[in-house]
Amino acid sequence: MDALKQELKEFIIEQLNLEDVEVNDIANDDALFGDGLGLDSIDALELIVMLDKNYGIKLTDPKQGRAIFESIDTMAAYITANRTN
Amino acid sequence: MKKVYINSTASISAQKTFDNAEFLSEFIDHEGVVIPVVNPNYKDFIPPAAARRMAKGIKMSIVASKIALQEAKLDEVDAIITGTGMGCVRDSEKFLSALIDNDEQYLTPTAFIQSTHNTVGGQVALELQCKGYNFTYVHGSNSFESTLIDARLQLAFNEENNILVGGVDEIGAHSFKLQELVGHVKEESIKVSALLDSKTSGAVYGEGANFFVLSNEKQGSSYAELVAVKMYNTLSKETLPETIKAFLSANEFQVEDIDLVVLGCNGDIDYDGFYEVLIEGVFNETQQAYYKHISGEFNTASSFGFWLASKVLKLQELPDLVKLNEIESSNYKTVLLYNQYRGENHSFTLLKQC
Repeated sequence: MDALKQELKEFIIEQLNLEDVEVNDIANDDALFGDGLGLDSIDALELIVMLDKNYGIKLTDPKQGRAIFESIDTMAAYITANRTN
Repeated sequence: MKKVYINSTASISAQKTFDNAEFLSEFIDHEGVVIPVVNPNYKDFIPPAAARRMAKGIKMSIVASKIALQEAKLDEVDAIITGTGMGCVRDSEKFLSALIDNDEQYLTPTAFIQSTHNTVGGQVALELQCKGYNFTYVHGSNSFESTLIDARLQLAFNEENNILVGGVDEIGAHSFKLQELVGHVKEESIKVSALLDSKTSGAVYGEGANFFVLSNEKQGSSYAELVAVKMYNTLSKETLPETIKAFLSANEFQVEDIDLVVLGCNGDIDYDGFYEVLIEGVFNETQQAYYKHISGEFNTASSFGFWLASKVLKLQELPDLVKLNEIESSNYKTVLLYNQYRGENHSFTLLKQC
């Protein structure tokens, strides 16, 4: 699980171009949207595509995203339970 | 009709031109077939949260726009008109590569929404909170001149009072490889100071953003008056001198009135003949300057020439590194710019001291 969390942090920093943010700057329970890391709706789309491409998870109900993408912890837990690759 | 003035200039180029307090006081003699821009500190102008999705062309343009507005002492403009040959080509390449690599699946929105030619104009408008007329001209190496014609018409007929115009292009790795493949780029690496001595085919490429506030009201910071702009898709070397004379005559000028002619020579032996016709012909007794050893070649490189000519008219000095011949004008009242790219998209731009 820790390796997955590290992987997710690296992906978010690189793919979402978070300049000046290091892996260590993101705590596992930090909010990814809003007051936390400050991600927005376009980032949410990037994350949905990433779930599909990297882990074979298709989100059919966009409302699910709100809970799944709350933090690195929630993302890692959802991926572990639902990944197909 | 109202007169049109260049009230401010801003340039991000392969030299340190973003500081308007200096005028080519240092020369970086780049070596290669593509020359990179000297980057300003983008964070001084763009909040990090906004900058993270911006491609190079957008960042350069926003910084140049903000510098141009600062110098013109304006908080807002009535309109934004952008010229670009290739637009945000890096994000276009990124999106198209993802399309191919992922078999048309897993496409993400960021590169796509920033891959269009008018992304720059839109992002500049968002940064400046300008809700007015916003137009992008994509017309090869006449893209920037198209913005000048549009802005000039609107200002002359008093439809707008202050318009931000600019030319921007960025280098995309894949597009550059294609240009190399078709022989548009020089095969040998050269020092840009020796660009015109190369006598080989192809050009040295670059990128940059040059933005200006044009206005129908003259102010203390004004650089020059934009008298006329004319574009031709095709012209022959034989008819070029007479066409220039007719252009000058239509604006009540003669060849003898021109104190400086600024030429877009890029060291390509196959096409610099257009400039040689003028250098050795109608303008052989006129002071001559060139600039593509500084800017590199790109579709809107002529906007750098426009920046250079504006500076010369305001500061009344011509840096040695752009001089093309030995003739020295005693002062600079009228400057003519001529540019073409690979024998097409010719343009004449006439500026006057104000």
